[in-house]
Amino acid sequence: MDGPFLIAIGLIASGDPALTEIIALSLKVTLTAVSIGCLVGLPLGAGLALARFPGRGVIVVAFNALMGLPPVVAGLLVYLMLSRSGPLGDLALLFTPTAMVIAQTILILPIVISLTRSVVEDLWAEYREQLRSLGAGRLRSVPTLLWDGRVSLVTGILAGFGRASAEVGAVLIVGGNIAGHTRTMTTAITLETSRGSLGLAVALGIILLLITLSLNAAAWGLAQSARGRLG
Amino acid sequence: MKVDKVIASATTILPLRLKDMSYSVGNARLLDGIDLTVKAGRRLVVMGPNGAGKSLLLRLCHGLIEPTSGSISWQSQDPRPAAQAMVLQRPVLLRRSVRANLNYPLALAGYARAARSEMVQKTLARFGLIPLAERPARLLSGGEQQRLALARAWALRPQILFLDEPSAALDPSATRAIEDLIFQFSAEGITIVMTSHDLFQARRLAQDVAFLHRGRLIEHGPAAQFFDAPQTPEARDFLGGALIW
Repeated sequence: MDGPFLIAIGLIASGDPALTEIIALSLKVTLTAVSIGCLVGLPLGAGLALARFPGRGVIVVAFNALMGLPPVVAGLLVYLMLSRSGPLGDLALLFTPTAMVIAQTILILPIVISLTRSVVEDLWAEYREQLRSLGAGRLRSVPTLLWDGRVSLVTGILAGFGRASAEVGAVLIVGGNIAGHTRTMTTAITLETSRGSLGLAVALGIILLLITLSLNAAAWGLAQSARGRLG
Repeated sequence: MKVDKVIASATTILPLRLKDMSYSVGNARLLDGIDLTVKAGRRLVVMGPNGAGKSLLLRLCHGLIEPTSGSISWQSQDPRPAAQAMVLQRPVLLRRSVRANLNYPLALAGYARAARSEMVQKTLARFGLIPLAERPARLLSGGEQQRLALARAWALRPQILFLDEPSAALDPSATRAIEDLIFQFSAEGITIVMTSHDLFQARRLAQDVAFLHRGRLIEHGPAAQFFDAPQTPEARDFLGGALIW
């Protein structure tokens, strides 16, 4: 019998439909979660950087702490919300890709918010008087600061993408690892490994590593070229 | 909006009057009882030793910070008129092209896109920045960055321009270029209020001098009088020391 690596390479080379379906679903779920995370997290993080209100410190610490939220706990929370007896049970979202998007968004959001806050806060210290002088109020400064911090922000967003695409706990709990429906790369690896069907597991592992590697390469390349182009 | 702008530019915001204006941080009174009138069309150089409060005075006049007591008021009664601009001691250029840096404050001021691009183009030409228009502003040389900072302030069509040490970190030729621009602004009718460490620069540029010492305005008048016959021992020491130095 062939070793798992040979089978894996065979699967990848032949473009096995089960394999591509799993990869497509994983990317769809994670990209959706990252997009929502950015849409909500970027303005929220920037707002948190510029706003001063009582209790702000608590919120900052809370989001910093949530960056380390264990994925299984996030999964459990979403499960409790979406399960039939939960407050959102009527939506019948449990064991759907939507549930996985929600769980991953919860994992990504604190990363995006905390990173944005820290990047924007540093920029704000430098830009504050200048922007006021040019006529920008606090609110109008937010998009300016986000745009000028874009290089650092993209790096952090990619870190969020990495965390979401690599985690298994949350999507397993709320997705249920249903073949052809909610099976992602990480949950498939878990299942196939426990079944002793290592070929598919290794193939998915290789793809996952390649995605992570190319994302980091892209982030690094982007930062390098931006430093040269933008100063 | 358009109509408002025409009216705003037709009315003069000057003179600027400071009455018994003080600024404190905690118990430290950094500026103390300043009475000063900035008249239209003059070049006023604010002088004084380090820590006298020169930058602070400009930032207060420009409206970046609020006085602790006393008042700062414009002829136009506007609390912070748009027809005034400032070049900070360390101007922050946005991480964008030269053109985008010029466009930014005009967009904030509410000019329509077409008007804006024309104003930007005019400004680029006026300051010899056309060859640099698409370059990232942060990668310009020190002299070019300062020229862009002045251009950005000028593009707002200010009646008064506050310049905080406009040539502090520049070599002599770049300094000269900046001083030439200041003379041109002045010839266009823009009132100049600037600080300078450089006594020679102050002599070249000043029509009026305001001399600050430990947060108090102790002399204010025509430049010739200040340089030839300073009234206070502090100013005499400063001029004497600065000449030797």
